[in-house]
Amino acid sequence: MAKGRVSIVVERCKACGFCVEFCPTKVLALSSAFNSKGYHPPHVVHPEKCSGCDLCGMYCPDFAIYGTKVKTVGAQEVDDES
Amino acid sequence: MSDLTNPVEPFLRSDRMPHIWCPGCGIGTTVNCFARALIESKIDLEHLALVSGIGCTGRVAGYVKLDSFHTTHGRAIPFATGLKLANPKLNVVVYSGDGDLSAIGGNHLIHAARRNIDLKVICVNNLIYAMTGGQTAPTTPGHAITSTSPYGTCEPAFNLPHLVEAAGAVYVARWTTFHVRQLARSIAEAFQKKGFSFIEVISPCPTLYQRRNKLGDGLDTMKYYKEKSKVRHGAPTSEAGLTMTGEIVVGKFVDRDRPDYQTLVRAQLAESLGDRFVEQAEMVCS
Ligand SMILES: Cc1ncc(C[n+]2csc(CCOP(=O)(O)OP(=O)(O)O)c2C)c(N)n1
Ligand code: SF4
Ligand SMILES: [Mg+2]
Repeated sequence: MAKGRVSIVVERCKACGFCVEFCPTKVLALSSAFNSKGYHPPHVVHPEKCSGCDLCGMYCPDFAIYGTKVKTVGAQEVDDES
Repeated sequence: MSDLTNPVEPFLRSDRMPHIWCPGCGIGTTVNCFARALIESKIDLEHLALVSGIGCTGRVAGYVKLDSFHTTHGRAIPFATGLKLANPKLNVVVYSGDGDLSAIGGNHLIHAARRNIDLKVICVNNLIYAMTGGQTAPTTPGHAITSTSPYGTCEPAFNLPHLVEAAGAVYVARWTTFHVRQLARSIAEAFQKKGFSFIEVISPCPTLYQRRNKLGDGLDTMKYYKEKSKVRHGAPTSEAGLTMTGEIVVGKFVDRDRPDYQTLVRAQLAESLGDRFVEQAEMVCS
């Protein structure tokens, strides 16, 4: 099970591609869809590889993406807010 | 599942998003690093103020949800000095561009370093005056084409870490927008220092600098930073000059201690006034 999860705020994205390039586990790709400003935001292509390191969040100049850690408690997924 | 939000969101004026910065501009990335540094160093936000000058970088003051002040061009350091002297308990951050800090504000920069005013200066260096259309700045490397140097810049450039070290800064580091974790750590470290701290962040301006010089877009520039940066902590700042496409020396160059301006003022007054010198107990402004 994935250790992390990516959240994308599609409307803020300007498609610079930093997150796609610098995600260490290559979770993301720019999608062919447009947001309302005409940019191609990223989408998740390998959710299982996300470690929740949030490097995408640190690189994103538009505050449009971030990663969070997910802890597994029993069979249930719980977001880690620590 | 709980409702998680972006860890930088609490530091942003979300109602002002999306911001005006261009696609692939590095300024937003530096703001992420700044926010992480605030989180990591558990800075009391009630005692923090951020001061910017004018420029694309100067816009930071309007986007952070902190006590912030968007001052006049080149005068971020004088405003910040006033804040710090009037209310010494404040942590005062100056967040501005290379042009604002080293051209029109260059005089304030060197004298604040000389006097060792307790300020944390974050200088986003995109090698140009971006906001006004990409004119040559004191930081523009030789041969670069700008709107005021269509045949290439011929002026020698300032090497900012070298300049502020010579002027007296106690903490000097340089990173690029590729070095997000190192930059966040450096900013957090500067909060531990008392005195004039200067962190330079080399950052892409794809719209005006990279485009005119056929250096690609923001992402191409980030790849260049990754490939051509060399971490050399403690490197002599005289060896940290920048060229258009060459190596970028990054790292922490200076970390030293000497009394800050307010300590010197108190010592001088105590020495010359003796018993007549009474320390002011509590500041009036809070
Ligand atoms: C007194 C004065 N002179 C000139 C200007 C025009 N001006 C606005 S921003 C700027 C340069 C900003 O360059 P920099 O600090 O590097 O910021 P950047 O836009 O590159 O982030 C200039 C010359 C001004 N606003 N005020
Ligand atoms: S002009 Fe340059 S510095 Fe200004 S927002 Fe655009 S890319 Fe950034
Ligand atoms: Mg600039």
